Amino acid sequence: MSEGWEVVLHYAILKGGDLDNVGVVSTEIKRRLQEIGVEDDVIKKVSIICFEAEMNLASYADRGGHLKVEVKPNRVEVVVEDDGPGIEDVEKAMTPGYSTAPLWIRELGFGAGLGLPNIKEKSDVFHIESEMGKGTKIYSVVFRRKDAA
Amino acid sequence: MKLKEVAELLEAQFLNLEEEGRREIEAACAADLLSDVLALRGGPALTVTSNVAPQVVRVAEVMGIPAILYVRGKKPTEEKVISWATENGIVLLSTPIPTFEACGRLYLKGIRCSEGKYL
Repeated sequence: MSEGWEVVLHYAILKGGDLDNVGVVSTEIKRRLQEIGVEDDVIKKVSIICFEAEMNLASYADRGGHLKVEVKPNRVEVVVEDDGPGIEDVEKAMTPGYSTAPLWIRELGFGAGLGLPNIKEKSDVFHIESEMGKGTKIYSVVFRRKDAA
Repeated sequence: MKLKEVAELLEAQFLNLEEEGRREIEAACAADLLSDVLALRGGPALTVTSNVAPQVVRVAEVMGIPAILYVRGKKPTEEKVISWATENGIVLLSTPIPTFEACGRLYLKGIRCSEGKYL
């Protein structure tokens, strides 16, 4: 792969509450990353990050949100943005097991309070901003090479 | 252990891809919460679950899970879920046996936890 090359993938996840289609975008991203030739371990981390993000958008953001994946020679960056309700207490939301998910989401096997902690764990760089009534933005980076930090 | 041996051991039926019965598995995990599956650290493994939601198959694809074993005779209710798994090469099995017993039998045959630290 030549230095400096970059691929940007954009996906809009427009329908909040549409859990039937959760995972469609993540699996598409996984396929695209495989086509591009991104390393398997990086693909797995990015796919999981995207899946959790999709799940959050479908569960909490009424109008859904937007997911951007940028593939760079030494890293993959994921930005997830929504104009949903925002997170009241980000620190609490980052605690494994803490969840505000309604019962119907839990019945599907989601909403166990592991989403954001899992995104953070799979990321080499993780940043979250959220404002009540405005929305939430997540920035996540997975390094492609150990020496790329 | 081959998937067809898993099927025999657990009196399970293939819901799709029976021709993949020779596929080998070495490790397994058991989870009903998809969040738990997504948080697994190990490699690809047979996933034992009682959760028949379509999203389980989506999670399996993202995680590179080769096969799903539904317990207590459960099966996905929608045909499209099974064809979706087939398109993505994910084998679906259904056993009448409950989770604890299914995992116990697999363990006795040498299948171990997919999160390697427990090996």
